[in-house]
Amino acid sequence: MSGGSYYVPVSSKWPVLASLAMGAIMAGAGTLLVFGRAGVPVMVIGLLAVLAVMTLWFRDVIHESRSGLYDARMDRSFRWGMGWFIFSEVMFFAAFFGTLFYVRTFALPWLDGEGAKGVAALLWPDFTASWPLLEPPDKAIQGPHETFSPWHLPLVNTLILVSSSITLTVAHEGLKEGYRTTARHWLTGTVLLGTCFIAIQGFEYHEAYTHYGITLQAGIYGATFFLMTGFHGLHVIIGTIILISILGRVIRGHFSRDDHFAFEAAAWYWHFVDVVWIGLFTFVYVF
Amino acid sequence: MRMRLVRTAVGMALTGPFEVVLANGWNMPVGVTDLSRDIHTLHMVIFWICVVIGIVVFGAIFYSLFRYRRSRGAKASHFHEHTTVEVIWTVIPLLILVAMAIPATATLRDMYDASEADMDVLITGQQWRWRYEYRGEDVAFISSLATPREQIEGQAAKGEHYLREVDQPLVLPVDRKVRLLMTSDDVIHSWWVPDLGVKQDAMPGYINENWVRINEPGTYRGQCAELCGRDHAFMPVVVEAVEPEQFDSWLAERKAAAAEAAMGLDREWGLDELMERGEQVYGTICASCHQPDGGGSPPTFPALAGNQALMDDRERHIETVINGVSGAPMPAFRNTLDPVEIAAVITYERNAWGNETGDSVQPSAIAERIAD
Amino acid sequence: MASHLPPKSTTQHSQPATAGVASQAHATPRGIKRWLLTTNHKEIGTLYLVLSLTMFFVGGLFAMVIRAELFQPGLQLVEPEFFNQMTTMHGLIMIFGAVMPAFVGLANWMVPLQVGAPDMALPRLNNFSFWLLPVAFTLLLSTFFMPGGAPNFGWTSYAPLSTTYSPPSTTFFIFSLHLAGISSILGAINIIATILNLRAPGMRLMDMPLFVWTWLITAFLLIAVMPILAGVITMMLLDINFGTSFFSAAGGGDPVLFQHLFWFFGHPEVYIMILPAFGIVSVIIPTFARKPLFGYASMVYATASIAILSFLVWAHHMFTVGLPLVAELFFMYSTMLIAVPTGVKVFNWVTTLFRGSITFEPPMLFALAFVVLFTIGGFSGLMLAISPADFQYHDTYFVVAHFHYVLVPGAVFAIMAGVYYWLPKWTGHYPNLRLGQWHFWLSVIGVNLTFFPMHFAGLAGMPRRIPDYALQFADFNMVTSLGAFMFGASQLLFVAVIVMCIRGGEKAPAKAWEGGEDLEWTVPSPAPLHTFETPPDFQPRQH
Repeated sequence: MSGGSYYVPVSSKWPVLASLAMGAIMAGAGTLLVFGRAGVPVMVIGLLAVLAVMTLWFRDVIHESRSGLYDARMDRSFRWGMGWFIFSEVMFFAAFFGTLFYVRTFALPWLDGEGAKGVAALLWPDFTASWPLLEPPDKAIQGPHETFSPWHLPLVNTLILVSSSITLTVAHEGLKEGYRTTARHWLTGTVLLGTCFIAIQGFEYHEAYTHYGITLQAGIYGATFFLMTGFHGLHVIIGTIILISILGRVIRGHFSRDDHFAFEAAAWYWHFVDVVWIGLFTFVYVF
Repeated sequence: MRMRLVRTAVGMALTGPFEVVLANGWNMPVGVTDLSRDIHTLHMVIFWICVVIGIVVFGAIFYSLFRYRRSRGAKASHFHEHTTVEVIWTVIPLLILVAMAIPATATLRDMYDASEADMDVLITGQQWRWRYEYRGEDVAFISSLATPREQIEGQAAKGEHYLREVDQPLVLPVDRKVRLLMTSDDVIHSWWVPDLGVKQDAMPGYINENWVRINEPGTYRGQCAELCGRDHAFMPVVVEAVEPEQFDSWLAERKAAAAEAAMGLDREWGLDELMERGEQVYGTICASCHQPDGGGSPPTFPALAGNQALMDDRERHIETVINGVSGAPMPAFRNTLDPVEIAAVITYERNAWGNETGDSVQPSAIAERIAD
Repeated sequence: MASHLPPKSTTQHSQPATAGVASQAHATPRGIKRWLLTTNHKEIGTLYLVLSLTMFFVGGLFAMVIRAELFQPGLQLVEPEFFNQMTTMHGLIMIFGAVMPAFVGLANWMVPLQVGAPDMALPRLNNFSFWLLPVAFTLLLSTFFMPGGAPNFGWTSYAPLSTTYSPPSTTFFIFSLHLAGISSILGAINIIATILNLRAPGMRLMDMPLFVWTWLITAFLLIAVMPILAGVITMMLLDINFGTSFFSAAGGGDPVLFQHLFWFFGHPEVYIMILPAFGIVSVIIPTFARKPLFGYASMVYATASIAILSFLVWAHHMFTVGLPLVAELFFMYSTMLIAVPTGVKVFNWVTTLFRGSITFEPPMLFALAFVVLFTIGGFSGLMLAISPADFQYHDTYFVVAHFHYVLVPGAVFAIMAGVYYWLPKWTGHYPNLRLGQWHFWLSVIGVNLTFFPMHFAGLAGMPRRIPDYALQFADFNMVTSLGAFMFGASQLLFVAVIVMCIRGGEKAPAKAWEGGEDLEWTVPSPAPLHTFETPPDFQPRQH
């Protein structure tokens, strides 16, 4: 380990402002959901403030990094930090995959009279378990009338996201070899693919509501569908924003061949989002 | 069977010294079923294991604290590892645990074996009362707290069975295996009678099984064990265990009474008699949420008094009481109340507290709707 | 009186000559801005500890309301609905506001000092983690002023009581927990990065003080399970506001699913609140027994085993919800297994005392009380693990007694032990010995008066979370309430000790306790704002 000179920044106003901004988002969203529209301005201000603070905070970090204040140990701190952050995201999705697994393996068969808790069927004599669940136990809840074929848009989206991981890797290799233009082009391609994915997902949601009857209220199928694809989609949007800002830095010539952790962190995040999608494609769409 | 004898003997040996304490209600009751006895035995065995370990460990601590005080001139030695000792105190607890797991597993298997029951009782938790249905017998009733409000609020002396008394207890026969099916109409409740060794959560939309075979006639008291909202503390369970013959004649009586009640469907009911019956039903069923004066507690429980939208829409009123409101606390009463009660309570709500619609709802109409 | 003073020869370190020099090197803001904008691990640690102490009194106040209502049977002071808000908020505030921030505060102060790091690995992120908490708790406490009142479904928030049947403020409760969760995750990431990356040259993992070890493992647990909590409360949010049916059979969901997810978070969470306590006690006992910790390696392995097992035992909180028999058996066995590593820890502490040279300063008193009383909580835990017996114990005051024994004379006493132990390092003064002893004895008596009778009340059949109870429980409850008032009042002494210690008192040298061997005792007392800017020379202790 290198001795000394671990950079400890002087005081910063971004953390406390970021906390307040996050608080504003939460208070605004809560007010919107519970008391009505009065929450909207608070929430919007909070969102803009978070974006602004994050921009300024990262600007400081980038500035420090480019001034050569960071040593190898700082680089390792960032790596540990990003790695464990992604692990926490993995666990967030694990809760949702666990939900899907539990509902399909236990809850629905039990309601249909099978398995250790099958006596529950006494309450739902007309219910038949199936997946996708088109007819929820309570007839008052209108289930979906049709579900998506995995081999149309979802497959297209899978191919898009997998290729985007490949294009990103090519961009990274380019950066490592010092081919800046290659990196820039392939990164631009990645951003475009991410945007396509979001657009297609948006179109699919529109279809779900207007033609398929897949809604949040359509029983457990709609609920898990939107929970999982929705949070994944949110992560794709965030990932795309990150990649765009990285692209901006590539264009400005920020990264060197052997020192470009921001690029790598963004790539890690993007690959993680990709892997989650493959899980979703398998368990939400195909099986 | 031999296993059980052994377990009972062990149980008696262990509880012996605690006879006095038991009598004073400081310990888990032995109870009146084989299972409650087994559970009690397990409880006492693990308790004494803990006591013995506790004496050894705490003895060692206090000995060290006394013997190796610096004020007594103790000089610290510097050992800090001893593999043999460490292996020993890993293995011995492991063996104790295995020894403990064997009888626990046996008892658990017994508890889960609800097969070959002589009769089924469906227990439904509702905020904040229990409904008991003797399946296949057409007998069902609601059992709610009988302790007067004045006792709770301190305006009257508290009775012997304060908060543990109900208007109609669950009557069960001794020496018969009764399968208990538990469910709930609203939130999670938990049906618990310590003397029977039964505590089982009542989950909305699902059914849990348990069973009981009571050995001695008597009255056994318990209460809801899972936080279920405001009146969670006021949701007692009372079981009256009687001899089988007595139970059979009780059940026959209840059946006859139920048949009689059903007869009310044939005739036209007058507004006054509906109001009278309705007030009674409202008081035991609806008032806990919608308040005795119909004021409700908004936003969760809407007011009924002066609720013009509801008064203008008689259909919706009937629909709401029969089928409940999906996604809101209002349960469906189609299986909980009989048509006479539903008709009466709707009539009452539409004419009480200044809601003078003059409407009366006929039991026969309700019965038809439910049958659809 | 002077027994805690180290021999004269080592006091030379205490010259505060170099203190302050480093801090002047950076221009730091003054006044309130200094605390708002700080990136210094010691200042942030102090902020965490002050927040924790404040929340300890807020949550304590709720507990006093609960105990006042339960002083005798009947409804006297509060409505049942408000009572339920009190039990819920008491739990939430104590767990997320008092215990967890206290441990994070201690980690902030002591982890860099114990591993010889100049600060936390990511100092700005550290400040962010802290300031999320006041925001989160403002949001949480604001629910009291909303129509329908604060959350009233217990801290465990079982659906559907917490969804379909909950007050409107539940949405705010969910958002505030999101903020607290983000704070915990970021804090944990920081601690892991610090421990893995910023150790003094020459310090191997197996050279780290146990407080650092236990926090490393705790941080891992936090990162693994806080996202699960975030996930499950998000599903609650959707059930409440968007008509999904995750926890409703009507749409194909299951209320038990909530409990599985919640306890998959909740059980590791329990260990999050006790592992750092193990670490503190494992550091304090050797210091005042003047003898190395017995079985250092087995302590580390036991902690790791407990952490791993914590992912496999969650459903022992759910023995009565109607799990299939196989599940019931699996979770009974796995839960019983936890007794083994926990036992190893207790035996190691006892053996550390054996043939030591023991003195009884306040940190040691609290640590010793921890060992004894935590073990009692461990015993009732073992009893609760026996699934058939748990059918009788579950949701009674026996459970309340159990988890309060591991959390109050367990986690809270360990925190207090840590505060007494490290106050000289933080303030440069010894805490008042006599007052500390008073605080200790009143606390120990109060805690046992409060929680011991709960075992009997529970066994006799008293369910938890009820504002009124049958007459046979009256005596137990009266004793409990009296004990609780006594325990509550004696915590004012704790505040007095801390305030007095900050303002003055007997000067402490660098090595404030003669048995203290870790790196923090090599820097002056009070520790200057910046320490170990050049990594210290670390010599592993001879094993």
